[in-house]
Amino acid sequence: MSYPEIERMASFMRRKIADMSFSCGVSTHLGGGLSMVDIMAVLYGRILRYEPGNPRWEDRDRFILSKGHGVLGYYPALLAAGIISDEIFETFQADGSDLIAHPVMNLDLGIESSNGSLGHGLSMGVGIAYAAKKRGKAFNTYIFMGDGETNEGSVWEAVMLAPHLKLDNLTTVVDHNKMQSDGASKEVLEVTNMAERFASFGWYTLEVDGHDIDALVEAFEDSNSQGKPKAIVAHTVKGKGISFMENDNAWHHNRLTKTNYEAALEALGEPLPEEDAV
Amino acid sequence: MEITSSNVRQWSRLGTRGLFGQAVLAIAPDHPDLIVMSADLGGSSGLERFRASFPDQFLNTGIAEQNMIGVAAGVAKEGYNVFVTSFSPFLSLRASEQIRMNLGYMEMNVKAIALGSGVSMGLLGNSHYGLEDVAVMRAIPNLTVVSPADCAEIVQAVKAAAAFEGPMYIRLTSEGINPPVYTEDYDFQIGKAVKVRDGGDLAIVACGSMVHHSLKAAELLAEQGIEAQVINMHTLKPLDEECLSDVLDTVSTLVTVEEHSIIGGLGSAVAEFLAPRRDQTRLLIIGLPDKFVKAGRYGYVLEQEGLVGTAISDKILGFLQS
Repeated sequence: MSYPEIERMASFMRRKIADMSFSCGVSTHLGGGLSMVDIMAVLYGRILRYEPGNPRWEDRDRFILSKGHGVLGYYPALLAAGIISDEIFETFQADGSDLIAHPVMNLDLGIESSNGSLGHGLSMGVGIAYAAKKRGKAFNTYIFMGDGETNEGSVWEAVMLAPHLKLDNLTTVVDHNKMQSDGASKEVLEVTNMAERFASFGWYTLEVDGHDIDALVEAFEDSNSQGKPKAIVAHTVKGKGISFMENDNAWHHNRLTKTNYEAALEALGEPLPEEDAV
Repeated sequence: MEITSSNVRQWSRLGTRGLFGQAVLAIAPDHPDLIVMSADLGGSSGLERFRASFPDQFLNTGIAEQNMIGVAAGVAKEGYNVFVTSFSPFLSLRASEQIRMNLGYMEMNVKAIALGSGVSMGLLGNSHYGLEDVAVMRAIPNLTVVSPADCAEIVQAVKAAAAFEGPMYIRLTSEGINPPVYTEDYDFQIGKAVKVRDGGDLAIVACGSMVHHSLKAAELLAEQGIEAQVINMHTLKPLDEECLSDVLDTVSTLVTVEEHSIIGGLGSAVAEFLAPRRDQTRLLIIGLPDKFVKAGRYGYVLEQEGLVGTAISDKILGFLQS
């Protein structure tokens, strides 16, 4: 995808997030879903190798949403990528649906792993990347983590092991929006040096603006890791794109009323030209 | 590894962990997709020779059991047959939520082998004991839970686990000091209990190390004119309900014996089976008490907690007279 196409995809995804959050009628993780969008558009629009009609393709890149509550940033990407249909997408949060508030492993829907409990995805990613090397497979493994998630000790067990195994086929992206469930991270458990932490454990670490498409593409396509796993610390804004949600943790997990839904659509502005073609 | 009386004698001398390592080594040539993992307890798990012989199939994750389970799931997801090993509490309790997510919820084909479960860690103490592992593992959906009775059955269980598609928790008890229950080959199938002694007065249903001690108890009871049959319930989940139903056609007194807390283990599983039945079965649950026991050598702890033949038969006699 070209850069303007990725931007269109991101814009499409944000509008879908507002739609699905409002339509489902229950609280959803809006803030952390919106902070992910540009990164996810870059991943599904340009970086990840997959075949939309063949989600079980053996050589697909593996993607795991380790911050499992970030489904609002995930299902619209799967929709835009043509991996899931509109019909499936519309079932979000319906009773008995395959698309609920946390991913449930379903290879036919392009969902590699069940998540929701934090601190699991990177461990599985290390295992997949290790197995890929053993099998001589060229696919890459991408793990999407939240910054609050890095409070979990198990994350650092996996962070330690990946460079030891020289897993240069593994990339972790940290959605660093500096907020978590109970509020600003600096008040819950302050992390000021995320990139240094990964670097000091032996990761090839890049720090980017997580809403800058060019910078994100460059970081994902950077191939200077020299045998190390890659960490991309993406500085983001929680609630990005819907102005009244930005940096307001009331929108970490909240219900979108009709009034707020309309306000959200207004905040998102007019669709970009050809956005519907996504 | 053939089950013969001379082999079994030799295996008993290796101890449980040494034998486990040998069994894994023996199946490796038939399972090129086997990956064995340890969290820095490879040597203590009897895996030195495996690591030396199959270095590419051994992965040490460092002292990080939670991560080990997640990594194992990822490796299994890509089609490998994965065994993860550690001591019982470090797997079943420290990494229980990883087991729940990866082995339970996602049904990854990982076999978690808990070495030194029960009180077999002896003087290492309660930090290393597996008192509650069955209670936790049994409650996780999709998990098969196995507890081999002796050396021969460890060999059988390792073979069966490697051929089994799906997540499994295997707890190894005893340090090989028990005389063998089996000295010749027998039919071992996951989920199929084995009657190891016949008797018409009551049935003792035991697992792991307690199969041997239950056989001892049955001998002592026989001296009092009481004939107890002994069932080796090597698979705790799924419980062999067909076998239990058959047993209850012949006796109306059941005794369960396990090297595990009386809460949540074999006794609980049998009680769950009995509860909805409309018969008059009496059930005595023998196991470790709901406490952290005073540590000592393995044999000492079993004696203290009444998990040896004499104490078991005394408890059964008391129960029959009550």
